[in-house]
Amino acid sequence: MAHDVQNQMRTKTEFEYTRRRSADEMRGQVTTFAIMIFLTLIAFTAVYADFSPNLVVPIILLLAVIQVIMQLYYFMHMSHKGHENAKFFLFSGAFVAFLTVLTFVTIIWW
Amino acid sequence: MSSIAQKKGFGATLWDYLTTVDHKKIAILYLVTGGFFFIVGGIEAMLIRIQLAKPDNDFVSAGLYNEIITMHGTTMIFLAAMPLIFAFMNAVVPLQIGARDVAFPFLNSLGFWMFFFGGIFLNLSWFLGGAPDAGWTSYASLSLASPGHGIDFYALGLQISGGGTLIAGINFLVTIINMRAPGMTYMRMPLFTWSTFVASALILFAFPPLTVGLFLMIFDRMFDANFFDHTMGGNTVIWEHLFWIFGHPEVYILILPMFGVFSEIFATFSRKRLFGYSAMVFATVLIGFLGFMVWAHHMFTTGLGATANAIFAVATMAIAVPTGVKIFNWLLTMWGGSIKFTTAMLYAVAFIPMFVIGGVTGVMQASAPLDYQLHDSYFIVAHFHYVIVGGTVLGLLAGLHFYWPLMFNTMLDETLGKITFWLFLIGFNLTFFIQHFLGLLGMPRRVFTYGADQGWDLFNLISSFGAIFMAVAVTILLINIVKTIAQNKAVGRDPWGDGRTLEWAIPQPVPFYNFKQTPLVRGLDTFWIEKQEGNKEGMTYAEPVGDIHMPHNSFIPFVMAFGLFVGAFGALYNGEQAWAVPVLILGLLITFLSMGTRSLKDDLGYHIHKEDLMDKKGGKH
Ligand code: HEM
Ligand SMILES: [Cu+2]
Repeated sequence: MAHDVQNQMRTKTEFEYTRRRSADEMRGQVTTFAIMIFLTLIAFTAVYADFSPNLVVPIILLLAVIQVIMQLYYFMHMSHKGHENAKFFLFSGAFVAFLTVLTFVTIIWW
Repeated sequence: MSSIAQKKGFGATLWDYLTTVDHKKIAILYLVTGGFFFIVGGIEAMLIRIQLAKPDNDFVSAGLYNEIITMHGTTMIFLAAMPLIFAFMNAVVPLQIGARDVAFPFLNSLGFWMFFFGGIFLNLSWFLGGAPDAGWTSYASLSLASPGHGIDFYALGLQISGGGTLIAGINFLVTIINMRAPGMTYMRMPLFTWSTFVASALILFAFPPLTVGLFLMIFDRMFDANFFDHTMGGNTVIWEHLFWIFGHPEVYILILPMFGVFSEIFATFSRKRLFGYSAMVFATVLIGFLGFMVWAHHMFTTGLGATANAIFAVATMAIAVPTGVKIFNWLLTMWGGSIKFTTAMLYAVAFIPMFVIGGVTGVMQASAPLDYQLHDSYFIVAHFHYVIVGGTVLGLLAGLHFYWPLMFNTMLDETLGKITFWLFLIGFNLTFFIQHFLGLLGMPRRVFTYGADQGWDLFNLISSFGAIFMAVAVTILLINIVKTIAQNKAVGRDPWGDGRTLEWAIPQPVPFYNFKQTPLVRGLDTFWIEKQEGNKEGMTYAEPVGDIHMPHNSFIPFVMAFGLFVGAFGALYNGEQAWAVPVLILGLLITFLSMGTRSLKDDLGYHIHKEDLMDKKGGKH
């Protein structure tokens, strides 16, 4: 790798384009943030409302999964290009972990 | 290898290797250390076969026998096969993808030294009160009851060397994702690189469960944590699960890279493109995936229940499909090729029937009802030796002959190589084929002796006799190596004449920066393409000659791993010796201080300047 330093000037159009992209992304992040707070409120309500644990636990788990996915896509930029490998490994790992937990739950502790 | 050409003194060379971050030298370190442990494990194997050669033998005691089989299995898998595989990965993969080194040269060295000290620690158990004796699987109900420190040596030693393996695996993943030369798309990667990639992914996901299991085991033994003790609410089966969630992917970590080596050898010596390249890639990835869904086939008789057994049986049998795809593709690669039977090619050709035998017995064991009969008998021993020796070890020996010229610029003697091959093949089949029948006749595995009236005498004697052939074969291989090193006859670039991939296009001896200019990869089998077009240099370049950024050598990885080694003694004798806790703290202090040094002291490496690269010496200072 030859390390020659390169400077790049951006044209006005390029600048406008990035600006709009960033604005879009910002909107996505704020929306997600609002949704996540809302989901958290639901989780709290479910606990305070004294529903049966058989209902509350699955709900909370489900909400947690949704939040993790939002977190990954909107805050950790997994929706961007160039994250295909990370995505692939993340989901493979999650899948393997899921299988493991499933097996333990079904054939050891059931 | 510029350092050798410069004729340094012994001390300087030693220091060079202790501090090196060059993947080519780390490959040699892995090769030598892995080779050493292979001999150690081989000696243990010979002791096993001597003990079993005749009924009611008392060559070794029952307790010592358990230690020997445990250390044989553990040594062969973790300290011989894995590092030898890493030796070839290090030697070949960066060159094959057109990179100047792996992504993290410092970590590469750290990974090696952790493996090294973990292995030494494990083997010191022989001299410090007895080796582990609960089998390489170390099932909790046995290992928790094992007196002495053997099991602690096992758990701590594997923890350290396992950390090294994990580091190495991650390093190769990043290297292959990020460091490929321009034009080397995923679907142009040679199969050895592909299989290294998949094996590294398996390491990434399989070693953490082992780490967890070992920690629970350490806590149980040292602090009475009771994770695996059912009388205290624990569950001994959890260890079995954790071990096999690691263990089954591990056997694929052992075989996949060798599939890669064989693919290269078949294509090279059939002088044909590999048949069905994309199917080969797909099969490799699929095997990697399925490898994580089958671990409970090692536990059919544990009492998981019929449903669980059925699911895992079907999943296991499914693996035979992508494996079959590979076998046929290799056969079709040879079909119609102009085959040259070098030693490496002989190993590759022999591998196919040997591995098929192992695969067929595997599918037999995968049918749960039949496994109730076969489990824990010599049939299992025969199965896994056919896949591991017939697959992995043949692959390592083939790779040794094939890649030796790339690593050392000399060539192993082909005649001696062929003698080794035939002796090894004959001995291997004599030893293990008959063990299928011993298993069917009811001989259990892991017994230190057997009665004379059970009809097992003759078969055991034949089996032991076969082992002698293998020992002779390995001895001849060692003679071959010594002879080759003594003669030191340079063979130059592309010594096989039929090299297809980038690593053979580099001038020999390989410059320490690998590529003066990053190559441009123009297709699968890029060197072959260039040769076809009459390009004498063997490469098209992607960039003009420029400064090359290189990392400095470092002694820190050695010290970091050494700290863990010291600390492990403290952990081992905790609660028994007054010095244990101070030693533990001292060890961890050494490790963390050296980590701190690494983080706080900037080491930005150095540049080889364009002008130095242009002159004849090629940048040697
Ligand atoms: C078609 C592919 C394969 C199938 C269907 C298969 C199936 C099995 C099954 C069912 C067992 C457990 C038997 C028992 O303990 O009762 C087993 C054991 C074993 N297999 Fe395989 N196998 C396959 C390939 C491999 C490969 C490629 C390797 C290694 C390179 C391997 C290494 C082992 C080892 C080491 C054991 C014994 C572990 C122990 O108990 O110590 N197998 N295999
Ligand atoms: Cu398995």
